[in-house]
Amino acid sequence: MTPPVVHARGVAKRFRDGTEALAPVDLAVHEGEFVAVVGPSGCGKTTLLNLLAGLARPTAGTLLWWGAPRPDADRSRRFGYVFQSPTLMPWADIATNVLLPLDLSGAPRAEAERAVAEALALVALDGFAGHLPRELSGGMQMRASIARALVTRPALLLMDEPFAALDDFTRQRLDDELLAVWRARRFAVVFVTHNVAEAVYLSTRVLVMGPRPGRFVDEVAVDAPWPRGDDFRTTTAFAALARRVTRAVAAAAAGDAH
Amino acid sequence: MRTDAPRALRYAAPLAVAAVVLGLWEAAVRLNDVPTWLVPAPSRIVATLFEDRALLLDSLAVTLGIALAALALAVVLGVTAALLFVQSRWLEVSLFPYAVLLQVTPIVAIAPLIIIWVKDTRVALVMCATVVAIFPIISNTTLGLRSVDPGLAALFRMNRASRWQVLARLRIPSALPYFFGGLRIASGLALIGAVVAEFVAGTGGAGAGLAYQILLAGIQLNVPRLFAALVLIAAAGVALFGASVLAARLALGRWHESELAPPD
Repeated sequence: MTPPVVHARGVAKRFRDGTEALAPVDLAVHEGEFVAVVGPSGCGKTTLLNLLAGLARPTAGTLLWWGAPRPDADRSRRFGYVFQSPTLMPWADIATNVLLPLDLSGAPRAEAERAVAEALALVALDGFAGHLPRELSGGMQMRASIARALVTRPALLLMDEPFAALDDFTRQRLDDELLAVWRARRFAVVFVTHNVAEAVYLSTRVLVMGPRPGRFVDEVAVDAPWPRGDDFRTTTAFAALARRVTRAVAAAAAGDAH
Repeated sequence: MRTDAPRALRYAAPLAVAAVVLGLWEAAVRLNDVPTWLVPAPSRIVATLFEDRALLLDSLAVTLGIALAALALAVVLGVTAALLFVQSRWLEVSLFPYAVLLQVTPIVAIAPLIIIWVKDTRVALVMCATVVAIFPIISNTTLGLRSVDPGLAALFRMNRASRWQVLARLRIPSALPYFFGGLRIASGLALIGAVVAEFVAGTGGAGAGLAYQILLAGIQLNVPRLFAALVLIAAAGVALFGASVLAARLALGRWHESELAPPD
């Protein structure tokens, strides 16, 4: 059996100032899974994602990526990261921004340029390769950011509230575009959000986090059929799942208040 | 100032102020018969500029040459220092206080020493002006090299970028707006440094700069020439400032907020 894409066992994080950001948690993300992580702000969602990205080291427990103790042990299996803000280089055009991960790893030029064109097409930015980030709308900048994460054909995509700053219409459209790409390429996703409806709509599994210290308080499997569209949002199944997740989040937040 | 002022007005208004002030000045001098050695009329100053052009332009070339050499030196040394500072905290902690010390000590106090120690006066003057101009380059560039978007820094780290890649692809482009801000200040300071150092050195003869012409004209009560030299120094300062603004616009024009046209 293939090992999980990323496997956390008893992983905890304590900051240098003594704050318990993350209690020991267990999490296994498997190939092709779309895992949404929801929770109130400040519950350690970003800390968890940083640990999964290898950007921070856990203070306890073990993390394995494809069975290896380093996220980059196997260069053919890469991961992409999408931040809360587009995080593009303002001085470089969109194509150069999307090229960055390949450029830094020294990929052959022709091959890299093909991959950039493909990634831009995937997020419907074909015509904007030569534009500067500031010439694009917020939603288009976020698309460029996603193209940059996808350009290496990652096996794991980590997303930290990527659409939180966008308006509802743009967010829903980007949700659908993301799902289309995911269904075509079948990478594993860990998608952090504080939007319950978005979590249920996108994922195969919703993990609910509670704060101080960050921990998983509930897990909800979303086994709704694919493809999902606007109709899914109005089904009773969707409403029931969303209600359950909302209650779990509320309970976690209330537990924190006492 | 209202931002919707028409473009033409932005040039016309200050020019009108100059015309009025110069007109009043000219009239006051003529009507009251003020002697030239006290306050020369603007027309007299312009005439002097023309009559003494060979002497004055030679001196302008000397002073401008010193200021430009000092500015170039300040850019090279200042940027090098900033690059070293961001590569090593230890280096920055050990050396930055001395950069500050150099900055806060008035150049007129250091200039005599430099002039005594350095045999070639021209070199001594360039060194003095460099000392004055270098600080904004060091401090701004260091700040800029450190002002990297934390998200982009994380992205570079995730992609296992080398120290060199981080410097060339991330730190240096991020630092450019800060560097040009420093350059804008340094361009004026280099000229001030050159003039002050010339005053201290009092170099005459073939290598005489504008400061020396002012010094000499003052002693000789040749006030029209003093004013003419002053006009040239101011013009040189404006030209240096304009050149640094132009350089910033060429380098950043397309992407940085500071160089974008204000919304009309």
